[in-house]
Amino acid sequence: MSQTGSLSPDAAPLRRTPLYDLHHARGARMVGFAGYEMPVQYPPGIIAEHLHTRAQAGLFDVSHMGQIRLHGAAAAGALEALVPGDLQALAPQRMRYTLLLNDSGGILDDLMVTRLEDGLMLVVNAARKEADLAHLQAHLDRAVTIEPRFERALLALQGPAAAAVLARFAAGVDRMPFMSATELSIAGASCVVTRSGYTGEDGFEISLAADHAVGVAERLLGEPEVAPIGLGARDTLRLEAGLCLYGHDIDETTTPIEAGLAWTIGKRRRAEGGFPGAATVLRQLADGPARKRVGIRPDGRAPAREGTPVVDAAGNPIGQVTSGGFGPSVGAPIAMGYVDAAHSAEGIALAVVVRDVERPAHVARLPFVPTHYYRG
Amino acid sequence: MPSLRFTKDHEWVRQEGDVAVIGITDYAQSQLGDVVYVELPEPGRHVEQGKEAAVVESAKAASEVYSPVTGEVVAVNDDIVADPAKVNADAMGEGWFIKIRLDDPKQLDGLMDETAYQAFVAEQP
Repeated sequence: MSQTGSLSPDAAPLRRTPLYDLHHARGARMVGFAGYEMPVQYPPGIIAEHLHTRAQAGLFDVSHMGQIRLHGAAAAGALEALVPGDLQALAPQRMRYTLLLNDSGGILDDLMVTRLEDGLMLVVNAARKEADLAHLQAHLDRAVTIEPRFERALLALQGPAAAAVLARFAAGVDRMPFMSATELSIAGASCVVTRSGYTGEDGFEISLAADHAVGVAERLLGEPEVAPIGLGARDTLRLEAGLCLYGHDIDETTTPIEAGLAWTIGKRRRAEGGFPGAATVLRQLADGPARKRVGIRPDGRAPAREGTPVVDAAGNPIGQVTSGGFGPSVGAPIAMGYVDAAHSAEGIALAVVVRDVERPAHVARLPFVPTHYYRG
Repeated sequence: MPSLRFTKDHEWVRQEGDVAVIGITDYAQSQLGDVVYVELPEPGRHVEQGKEAAVVESAKAASEVYSPVTGEVVAVNDDIVADPAKVNADAMGEGWFIKIRLDDPKQLDGLMDETAYQAFVAEQP
């Protein structure tokens, strides 16, 4: 037997998050991911962890992600030169999902931008954080002070019980609007809490100093609804929720329009442009892109994994899978990928070529499961 | 009790007369995690020792299952196709994959016995 799939260990020496010992103590299987030794699963396994998160609450260590603070009144306006989001309209304590673009409209990274009283807080992908920092340093107006805070920890508490659990430690967080932020204390630790996540469920991300991370994590894990969840379930949860994974579903060769992320481009930004690759992006917005990211449901039971060719009903190549596997809540294989625009409508029959065999599939609506973001 | 033989790729073989029952080991299923899909060969197909005979996919990844012996596939376990979690629940028993009529029973002598396999597993990182 030999493994041919993903999530195999990296070769380079690996860094550890502040929760490394906690993961080990709880029996995690560790793998290399984006330069860090991270828990891929705990003893219950990916499917049980996934279902637990959808039913109750899961705690994820996402301290490998990069936190960057931008200080100065000019920060929002300056960052708009690098992203298509409307950041000047972002009110204090509100956050937005946006994209760092290159001059062709390709995506350098996807990130969360939160407006705090004294500037912006960015959360960027682990594998991209050094490159993003260099990009910001090279291109942002000098009036903006860039402060990498890669040493900080980041926890995600996700699931239908997340709000009730966190409210036991910080009264009122259960009434925080979706995509908002607040600074508060949890178990004596000063935290920036946002109501956001990467699972399709209600939940929070908690940014805090590294030396408080274990204490807060242990307190949260002490609540009966909360279980630790590994990167394996994080991936299946986000795939079911139709959320992109950088380096897989989006990268420098995909534009926001192809990726179905036109909703991240503010109305004012569409009118004014002024972001990298605006000519390409706005042209694709007007004329439609040649290819689109879509959900794909194989009709059979065989998963179609990243790199799987996609063909039309006559066998002609029309694209490929960028993320795929088994959806534990769906109970069937699910995938997303890029296909020619002509084959991108929901319900269109196509085929995925797994182990040289064409297997029937169809274009499916994203997300694959209903999302449960907090709507007040 | 019939003796078991093992490969370095974590397949097991149990000889029953001129037929070999083949599966993946309990260690293999524990390393794979949740099995979500199994693809088995058509009965009647001739498989070669060391060549791909089946596919097993976990929540994480796809893996090939190599045939530990050469011969004709005489039966496949449709139960694990219908319910792949059986491979996790009972890898060495109800989670068997295929039965092969042995071309050369002597091939089994070249495989590890249980003691050797346990020692091999203990060396895995």
